[in-house]
Amino acid sequence: MIALKDLSAGQCACLVEVGGDRSFRRRLMELGLLPGTKVRMVRRVDIGDLVEIEVRGSHLSLRRSEAGAVFLEATE
Amino acid sequence: MSAPAAPAGISTKRPLVVVAGNPNTGKTTLFNRLTGTDHKVANYPGVTVERHSATFGLSDGRVVDVVDVPGAYSLSARSREEELAIQAIGGIAPSPRPDLVVLVADATQLSRNLYMVLQVLELGVPVVVAMNMADLLAERGQTLAVEKLRRELGVPVVMTAASRGRGLEELRRQIEATLADPDAARPGSRWIPDDPALLADIAAVAPVLPPDWTRGDPARARAIALWALLSLDELDELEAVPDAVRDAVARRRAAAAAAGRAIDADVIRGRYAWIDARMESFLPAPAEARTPAQARSSRTERIDAVLLHPVAGFAIFLLVMGIVFQSLFSWAEPGIHAIESLFSYLAGISRAWLPAGLAQEFVEGGLISGVGSVVVFLPQILLLFFFIGLMEDSGYMARVAFLMDRIMRAMGLHGRAFVPMLSGYACAVPAILATRTMERQRDRTLTMMVIPLMTCSARLPVYTLIIATLFPPSHVFGLVPVQGLLMVAMYVFSTLTALVAATVLSRTLFKAPAVPLILEMPPYRLPHWPSVLRMMWQRTRSFLEGAGTVILACTVALWLLLSFPRNAAANEGFEAQRASIRAQSIEPAERDARLASIDSEEKSARLRGSYGARLGHALEPAIEPLGFDWKIGVGLIGAFAAREVFVSTMGVVYGAEAENGATSPTLREKIKAETRADGRPVYTPLVGLSLMIFFALACQCMSTLAAVRRETRSWAWPVFLFAYMSALAWITSFVVYQAGRWIGFA
Repeated sequence: MIALKDLSAGQCACLVEVGGDRSFRRRLMELGLLPGTKVRMVRRVDIGDLVEIEVRGSHLSLRRSEAGAVFLEATE
Repeated sequence: MSAPAAPAGISTKRPLVVVAGNPNTGKTTLFNRLTGTDHKVANYPGVTVERHSATFGLSDGRVVDVVDVPGAYSLSARSREEELAIQAIGGIAPSPRPDLVVLVADATQLSRNLYMVLQVLELGVPVVVAMNMADLLAERGQTLAVEKLRRELGVPVVMTAASRGRGLEELRRQIEATLADPDAARPGSRWIPDDPALLADIAAVAPVLPPDWTRGDPARARAIALWALLSLDELDELEAVPDAVRDAVARRRAAAAAAGRAIDADVIRGRYAWIDARMESFLPAPAEARTPAQARSSRTERIDAVLLHPVAGFAIFLLVMGIVFQSLFSWAEPGIHAIESLFSYLAGISRAWLPAGLAQEFVEGGLISGVGSVVVFLPQILLLFFFIGLMEDSGYMARVAFLMDRIMRAMGLHGRAFVPMLSGYACAVPAILATRTMERQRDRTLTMMVIPLMTCSARLPVYTLIIATLFPPSHVFGLVPVQGLLMVAMYVFSTLTALVAATVLSRTLFKAPAVPLILEMPPYRLPHWPSVLRMMWQRTRSFLEGAGTVILACTVALWLLLSFPRNAAANEGFEAQRASIRAQSIEPAERDARLASIDSEEKSARLRGSYGARLGHALEPAIEPLGFDWKIGVGLIGAFAAREVFVSTMGVVYGAEAENGATSPTLREKIKAETRADGRPVYTPLVGLSLMIFFALACQCMSTLAAVRRETRSWAWPVFLFAYMSALAWITSFVVYQAGRWIGFA
């Protein structure tokens, strides 16, 4: 298992579990981040301390600290 | 808001269509293109969220009301703003019951958009799906199986490309057909829960729901019970939910947690499982090897590689912000000048046409200058919203929030607060209107409370007068000019104060649970110009209607305060002096100069005898510890109209009214020559410093207060803003002045 914040740019992984507080979890799940969903790290932006991911064709950005609560299983 | 009275016996109830959907689906463009030009902007009751409505005509001549619901990814709600979606779409009080819901979906992000479609279908309201961005989908070489989608969803689906105006005719036809036969577009739930535990949760919540929410429909009761189970907890801010529902949900959630079940995940997974099982048949993968992700990466990702680059991206960001600031600070200037000339021309006309006297003075000093002080904000408001419209519509605003998140969060502010805060250096009024780009009320109000601390351009004439008059044009270390250094110091001081104020307010009065950031980064698009222009106009109109009236009323009140009471004896004295000058045989130029000086003295005498001056005298004990006398008090009262008016008010007080304001040598000489009873000068550098600090911190601006009232829809926030900034100004000026005296400055 790898935390979303530790994924390197361009890397793809399968989502295992979303942690964090309830509204964060619910929001991410409703945006389609469910166990088994494929997630791609698009870029990590140091000045904003954020990560940008691609999931189900849409691009989302999260704070790196909050992305620490999202866990994935590396594919290939 | 009020509907015209209905003729007796005839039902004038128009069909109501609500347009809803995810953010960034082109929903607003579609709404604008679907409807006519009769847009109305009102507020949803109890929250400062705009309710856009308009109409369009059916083929039989009937008129349909159309309401644009704020974009949302889901009906689940935690904040008051989010609660609006379920109320407007589901027809739950206080929202009226819609006859049809047009759901705008982004065809290029199908599964996520279908999630909300499923939620809405569960409510049993008639739905027409507008599959937007059909053009982008085609560009990617993909084809949506519309017929299949229509069959599976059980509702009409229309392919549209709103920004190019495609598919709108068919959408109108479909809306008309569905209004005539709503049951054909009300298929009910697609995903029906079958897990016994979840069914038990629903069975526990459904019976306690208010009957006017469920309308006795068991399917609708199940849908709303699911909504409640997903939305409610001890942290939500929802207002319309009865306690019985809260209790039932709390019990079921506690029981589920004890049994190791996660209700949220079960429900969301259930809906997505329905979608995922059909995605391949809705949207077959394109024949060629390019996946949708790669198609997108070709453009948006290439642009982002530059715009979000740690060095280049930041440089471009600073450049863009520099352009926005420059436009407010300088490019708006010709427009402002033109408006000021126009209104002084109108004042001239009023002098020429109206008989001299009270009525003429009221028209000139109250009405014309009042309307002028509202209209003068338009160039900056239009320019700022032009840039905001471009940034929002192109997708760059999401990147601004992204880049600024860390810095702004350190002060408890939203990343999107950056543009309004920056605009505050030009003028607080457009900046306050620009806080609308933030969703949460808390973020908007907090930003409004600190924007007026920024050094706006109206403070500059005041600083210029004080610095030029009281500080010598010498150099520190023979290099840095003192006068320039002071000006820079005032900017640094105001910025630091605003940042500290934001930090303190966000941790006290605006203390709120941290909201995790989940920001969608929409693909870059060319801005849709009609939408940008429409937003510029709507913002301007809402300012004119909401804040303009308050500003006009305040100008009239200030005029009354500074022009009354009239002293008949003094009037006659000045008239007699004029008559004697006219009777003398002197050069016309000499005579005009003497007459002008009498006019100036009369104005000064009138101001010194006014209620405003009495108020200045009454204020003197309060401002004396800051080093100010009553004349400065009168200037502060006059400055309430706009800070730069301080300069002209002081000009009138000293009978040195001149066109060139801050640079008038006469005014500077008179100010320098002013002495106290004991012969010490009134104005020393220390008094000047104290006065500048007072101007930096006090909310001496009725237009700012009127704008805050307009945007918060309450008097409480402008009153708080005025009180806290006045207290801050008084205390800081007091400390500076008294400490300065203690050290030994005069």
